[in-house]
Amino acid sequence: METTASAIALLPNKGDTAWLMVATAFVMLMSIPGLALFYGGLVRTKNMLSVLMQVFAIFSLVSVLWAVYGYSVAFTEGNAFFGTFDKLFLAGIAPESVAATFSKGVVVPELVYVAFQGAFAAITVGLIVGAFAERVKFSAVLLFAVLWFSFSYLPMAHMVWYWAGPDGYTSAEAAEKLNATAGWLFQKGALDFAGGTVVHINAAIAGLMGAYMVGRRVGLGNVAMAPHSLTMTMIGASLLWFGWFGFNAGSALEANGTAALAFVNTWLATACAALSWMMTEWLIKGRPSLLGAASGAVAGLVAITPAAGFVGVVGALVIGLAAGALCLWGVNGLKRLLKADDSLDVFGVHGVGGILGALLTGVFAAPSLGGTGIYDYVANAVAPDYDILGQVVTQATAVATTIIWSGIVALVCYKIVDITVGLRVSEDEEREGLDIASHGESAYHY
Amino acid sequence: MKLVTAIIKPFKLDEVREALAAVGVQGITVTEVKGFGRQKGHTELYRGAEYVVDFLPKVKIEAAIRDELLDQTLEAIEKAASTGKIGDGKIFVFELEQCIRIRTGETGTDAL
Repeated sequence: METTASAIALLPNKGDTAWLMVATAFVMLMSIPGLALFYGGLVRTKNMLSVLMQVFAIFSLVSVLWAVYGYSVAFTEGNAFFGTFDKLFLAGIAPESVAATFSKGVVVPELVYVAFQGAFAAITVGLIVGAFAERVKFSAVLLFAVLWFSFSYLPMAHMVWYWAGPDGYTSAEAAEKLNATAGWLFQKGALDFAGGTVVHINAAIAGLMGAYMVGRRVGLGNVAMAPHSLTMTMIGASLLWFGWFGFNAGSALEANGTAALAFVNTWLATACAALSWMMTEWLIKGRPSLLGAASGAVAGLVAITPAAGFVGVVGALVIGLAAGALCLWGVNGLKRLLKADDSLDVFGVHGVGGILGALLTGVFAAPSLGGTGIYDYVANAVAPDYDILGQVVTQATAVATTIIWSGIVALVCYKIVDITVGLRVSEDEEREGLDIASHGESAYHY
Repeated sequence: MKLVTAIIKPFKLDEVREALAAVGVQGITVTEVKGFGRQKGHTELYRGAEYVVDFLPKVKIEAAIRDELLDQTLEAIEKAASTGKIGDGKIFVFELEQCIRIRTGETGTDAL
């Protein structure tokens, strides 16, 4: 990093380090078993293990890839879209290596930062499988995961999150110089606290493209495809909520007030969204369902993700309220409009909730609306002027970039997978169920 | 000998079992089944997808009995399984040609 920073050896704070390690484990819990159970409960018994297996295998695969080249490509200084191969196999990262946080002079062990970011990469790729569950070929899932992770997740993470850290921001000129080394969307000033664009919109678009490319499930519309265990889904949603405290509050990278704000917002926006989905469903469809409440909670978690450390509590409540109702539309009206068999509503929840959250972050980060505003590292204070409309436009740019980038990369990746290993199992195998056909085992023995 | 097959509401199983034991039925076989009759199913809604559930869960009881026990058996089932509401189920009676106890090789009513 900067010469001034390296001259004075900065030691990580033990509280920050401890919190970030715990937060990392929380985020890993979100994938396995959180997301796996949330999705698993929503499929039919004959496909239960296939979904658990896809999430489990992706978690493992992406973790390894992260150490081999992922971290290096996402989090080293390269161009505005990709980093470099300088840290392949985490080269040069020793126990005493440090990574920057959002406070000057405050660092965390780089190894912890590596693991924290790796957990994000793993769940992002895992999210996608919900869109083509119940008919995709397992080898196709793995190949797609490698390709999409490399060409969509890594550049998106670099674009949004890579920067040199705050220490060098000592003057306007220095800031300008350093900004030029940051990721493309970071340079534009897009606010994404914990990954609304990088994680949710990114995965949701890849999922939607997957639902189109893999095609509809056999018998869709004629055969009942009701969830086989909403009990599992509720456990999964609750584990996601729990783990999300690590995801959002951990994204502060320090154990401080910003982490506390993100923690409280993650708690309240989610609760509000669960109620919002439940009430809307009750009014429109006549009954408040558990699946609705659980889906609402996930929608709220998604929507508050980019905003968690930037908005006040009231902002978080409004974001939750909007997310619950809008994502209910996402899995009904919008789903019918899109005509894709997005089996577990990855786009309806993560896409709609992610876009909503990204845009509303621009609104509610405003100090006039209770937000934190944008910190100016040169003045060492919150910037006095906040342009809501301008920030929303910046947020929309980030959303559009993610949609276009992830959409195109995903389409190409699916095409490659289709040509090489094939995207879906045979009709017979699909009818028999992926558990037996692809994995040779059954979830339940009666 | 007769084979009595009854389709009843699942939560009535214990009462029916007790009533049958009280009239001297020696054993029954129970299967969890699904089906439809005059009782209508219901709809289930999962996010955007609505499913009509036509087949309702029921319990099927089978009891092989001596001819002279038939009336009491039927009465016992009818009484114990009844709620008075639609969907209480049905009883079917079949002639039973033969019955063999596998362990001893006994046949006919001795094997019941």
